[in-house]
Amino acid sequence: MVRIRFQQNLDDLKEKLLVMAGMAEQSIQRAVEAYRVRDLSICDLVDRGEMAINRLEREIDQMALDLLAMEQPMAIDLRFILAVIKINADLERVGDSARAISDRVRELQAFPEAEMPIDIPRTANLASAMVRKALQAFIEGDAEVAESVLSMDDSVDKLNSGAHYTLLNLMKKDPVVAPQALNALMISRALERVADHATNIAEDVIFWVRGADVRHHMGAAAGNSKSADAK
Amino acid sequence: MGVGIEVNRLNAWYGANHTLEDITLHIPANEATALIGPSGCGKSTFVRCLNRMHETNPIARVTGEVKVGGVDIYSETSAVEVRRRIGMVFQRPNPFPTMSIYDNVASGLRLNGFRNRRVLDDVVERSLVHAALWEEVKDDLKKKSGASLSGGQQQRLCIARALAVDPEVLLMDEPASALDPVSTAKIEDLIFELKSQYTIVIVTHNMQQAARVAERTGFFLNGKLIEFDSTHKIFTNPSDKRTEDYITGRFG
Repeated sequence: MVRIRFQQNLDDLKEKLLVMAGMAEQSIQRAVEAYRVRDLSICDLVDRGEMAINRLEREIDQMALDLLAMEQPMAIDLRFILAVIKINADLERVGDSARAISDRVRELQAFPEAEMPIDIPRTANLASAMVRKALQAFIEGDAEVAESVLSMDDSVDKLNSGAHYTLLNLMKKDPVVAPQALNALMISRALERVADHATNIAEDVIFWVRGADVRHHMGAAAGNSKSADAK
Repeated sequence: MGVGIEVNRLNAWYGANHTLEDITLHIPANEATALIGPSGCGKSTFVRCLNRMHETNPIARVTGEVKVGGVDIYSETSAVEVRRRIGMVFQRPNPFPTMSIYDNVASGLRLNGFRNRRVLDDVVERSLVHAALWEEVKDDLKKKSGASLSGGQQQRLCIARALAVDPEVLLMDEPASALDPVSTAKIEDLIFELKSQYTIVIVTHNMQQAARVAERTGFFLNGKLIEFDSTHKIFTNPSDKRTEDYITGRFG
């Protein structure tokens, strides 16, 4: 094995991205918990977490840029670094979504609590599971696990569409709770975006491992059967 | 214009050492084809088989077929004619040190019997223009020797010398490995320009150089052609694990 230092740098990059991934996942769980119990102190944690995620995003981009410039990686190493850059951006957006949910929770404090006929925790659990699974695929360099994430996105989309329909009807029937319904709708939408980011991450893992671009349901035309070394 | 090269079941030996094993590939006309691989993999031997330089070594032997523009260079033409049609540029610039710039470029034509001054002037100018050296040397053509030029200029002089005999194929064996980055960039730009008129085969240890200048890349290992594909495919998603391990620096 040659280029030991380069391999070490790739490992460091991966480790840092996983730290960020853990923070992004935690921020979504916290934001949904803040909504569930209407606790602004949890919102503060989400906000602080988002700032830390933003810092990490910059550090990871810088590390990736340095490796591209200094090591001029090829083939699977090049694909790995490109995947890291893209996953980095998606995780940062997951942090933004958590912050968006936290903002909605703060706004809801101004209104009396109202029962919403939609299942936000279920949507949140599904979206979080997608993020977790996409990251498991990344950790293990497993394109099959990544593929299983892609098929989960429809369920979250359906839950979000259902919430959209239900909450619009609620607002028509009972305009008094429109502010609460509108905020719940925005939270559902933020969770749907989290699922989209998880899908992007899974697609990036497939690109890294197989060299196949499966974005926008365009299939794995460029793929081959080589598997990545677990880094 | 450049011509395509068809190589079929090419084998080469140095004494008992089987240095190339059953190489078969098609090098398209008017493209740059890069050959990569670790030292001793056979890529330079392969290039030397394309202009019958390999056989100049008394213990060397070649079997198989190499067709350049449809003509088998081992059975249907002479070695001298082959080397006129297929020019070669080496790793270290090797201008004739005592000759002027002009005489260096004109040397091949003179060897082929050309004496007409006007013809020689035209060919020297055209060759130096093609080699992107004309503007730098036009005022000193007969005053300065080839050896007085910088390394990068000397290499372009050697390219001009190769182009002067109007070849169809240009073989380049690590043409920029002894040059600084600016001279290297000039040689790479030149390769890009020359493709429209010549078929170029370049041996290089510099992976980025292969990626920059070549449409196709072949990876050699232990005398075998492991993979031959578009340069894009080779450097982003090669089919063979050995190619990937080599270009990502996991061995070699």
